Amino acid sequence: MGSRASTLLREEEIEEIKKETGFSHSQITRLYSRFTSLDKGENGTLSREDFQRIPELAINPLGDRIINAFFPEGEDQVNFRGFMRTLAHFRPIEDNEKNKNAAATEPLNSRTNKLLFAFRLYDLDRDDKISRDELLQVLRMMVGVNISDEQLGSIADRTIQEADTNGDNSISFNEFIKVLEKVDVEQKMSIRFLH
Amino acid sequence: MEDFWAFSLWAVRIWLYLVISLIMIPAMFGFSLGISETYMTILVKTLEWATLKIQRAKTEERTLNMSASNSLILRENGSMEKELEELRRSRPKSSVGGDFTFSDCFYFTRRGIESIVEDEVTQRFTSEELVSWNLLTRTNNHFQYISLKLTLVYCLGIFIRYCILTPLRLTLACIGLSWLVIGTTAVGFLPHSSAKSWLSEWVHVICYRICARGLSATIHYHNRENIPKKGGICVANHTSPIDIVILCNDACYAMVGQVHGGLMGLLQRAMVRSCPHVWFERAEMKDRHLVTKRLKDHVNDKTKLPILIFPEGTCVNNTSVMMFKKGSFEIGATIYPVAIKYDPKFGDAFWNSSKYSMVSYLLRMMTSWALVCNVWYLPAMHQQEGEDAVQFANRVKSAIAHQGGLVDLQWDGGLKRAKVKETFKEQQQKKYSSMVVGDDSNSD
Repeated sequence: MGSRASTLLREEEIEEIKKETGFSHSQITRLYSRFTSLDKGENGTLSREDFQRIPELAINPLGDRIINAFFPEGEDQVNFRGFMRTLAHFRPIEDNEKNKNAAATEPLNSRTNKLLFAFRLYDLDRDDKISRDELLQVLRMMVGVNISDEQLGSIADRTIQEADTNGDNSISFNEFIKVLEKVDVEQKMSIRFLH
Repeated sequence: MEDFWAFSLWAVRIWLYLVISLIMIPAMFGFSLGISETYMTILVKTLEWATLKIQRAKTEERTLNMSASNSLILRENGSMEKELEELRRSRPKSSVGGDFTFSDCFYFTRRGIESIVEDEVTQRFTSEELVSWNLLTRTNNHFQYISLKLTLVYCLGIFIRYCILTPLRLTLACIGLSWLVIGTTAVGFLPHSSAKSWLSEWVHVICYRICARGLSATIHYHNRENIPKKGGICVANHTSPIDIVILCNDACYAMVGQVHGGLMGLLQRAMVRSCPHVWFERAEMKDRHLVTKRLKDHVNDKTKLPILIFPEGTCVNNTSVMMFKKGSFEIGATIYPVAIKYDPKFGDAFWNSSKYSMVSYLLRMMTSWALVCNVWYLPAMHQQEGEDAVQFANRVKSAIAHQGGLVDLQWDGGLKRAKVKETFKEQQQKKYSSMVVGDDSNSD
């Protein structure tokens, strides 16, 4: 299976991905072998169906939204670079990364980028605002048929009210950051990668 | 030219004599001359030496120290309740209108991403990843240049495996299988008697012993006092069709399964003549009542051999045990669980049926180093009062997983080909809903 993996990935490519995402050499080769084993079409890219074939993801209420985050707007294939870029949001923030941020561009796994990832899950039409309708749709995905429209509506109203500071009845990214300022985003939106 | 033919004929004859005297005869009577043991000792020593070399090279490069676990991430295994509780800690709980915060999606997101990086199901259907290279160009470890010595050993290995072992194993497999077809057909003509079943068992066992030698199988049986007895059902975890050869080396079983075509079909038809195996046509398989009835009839006849069933219904890569189909647990017979664990160091026993055909899989097996496996017979288990077939199946599965050192999974092995059922997603949604509005207000 993954045997072809390490041979097909060029050393320069690994270096570039390393720089962009902060993953280590061995993490990149391991994730590449995972990428190729998910790639049932064997064409070097993943489609939405490739993701949906993972049962644990298929039963995730937000599975479709998470899959969607891997695909740039209007595209239905993602290559290894893109795959890694999305995964990089979930690298834990290491101590030495906290300080050097100022000079370089913001790393993919910064608090802001992690929050942006979550924001985009709710922002269905990518207009940088979460409307009441969008929130309702995402809530419906999460709860299924178990909660009535009425009750879900009042939950959405209340959530928007609490977060909306400028009174436009929708939530901007800045308002989103404000609501979640006390949450330990760094830890809760990170996965403990080994090696 | 004539000389050449004479010589090659002579060579083939010597070869066959050697095979017959050194392997067939011992196989017939179930003793060993110690040749395969010597081979195994040398093999184990060589692989140990290679591992040591590889590790030394690795530490010199200061790449990574191989940890015992092969996993890429450390999963957070808290329950949904606990994790959401933690996420909501920073915010006062409101009692009216339900409890939701934007951060709730963090839980689902992290779970989702974790499953993209590593999941419990799809990885069970690809070859197990090895911690250290075993001098075979398979699984996750490709050929690596480490030192000249190691490369020479690798090349020598190729020569031995392909030029000596493979022809030998092929000869054995051919002899074994034709023995089975001829032997069982011949026994099939005898009238029903105790002599017939004794002969039939003997023919079967000889065939399996020859085949096992054809795969250089070294099998360690544990707790043989628990060996499955007549009138019971033996259930085992399933890695490849070779499981049957492994188990039948030690005892005789009645097989249950679907009628196949090709080579398998030929064998099945021959076998059923001498011994009451239970084969179903594809259409019959769907009729659950018929299947249950025929199995029940078989089990109730105490003179018939124990039935061998692989309740996972599909081959799993020998790192885990997946959901047991409940069918075999509904019959009410004594269940004899058996755990089979192969040693991946010597060759990958997993049959990835969506990738390789039966014949190419067998060729891969024959060009591996050897087949080393442990078989544990577990004490017989019975359905307890108040326990339904599903719970019973799960209890047996846990026992097998625990004994074999395998991961006990709830997932259905059928996911290899089919998509996951919507109901599992609905369960997640229901669980989450109850966290949002509280348990009592669930609509159904």
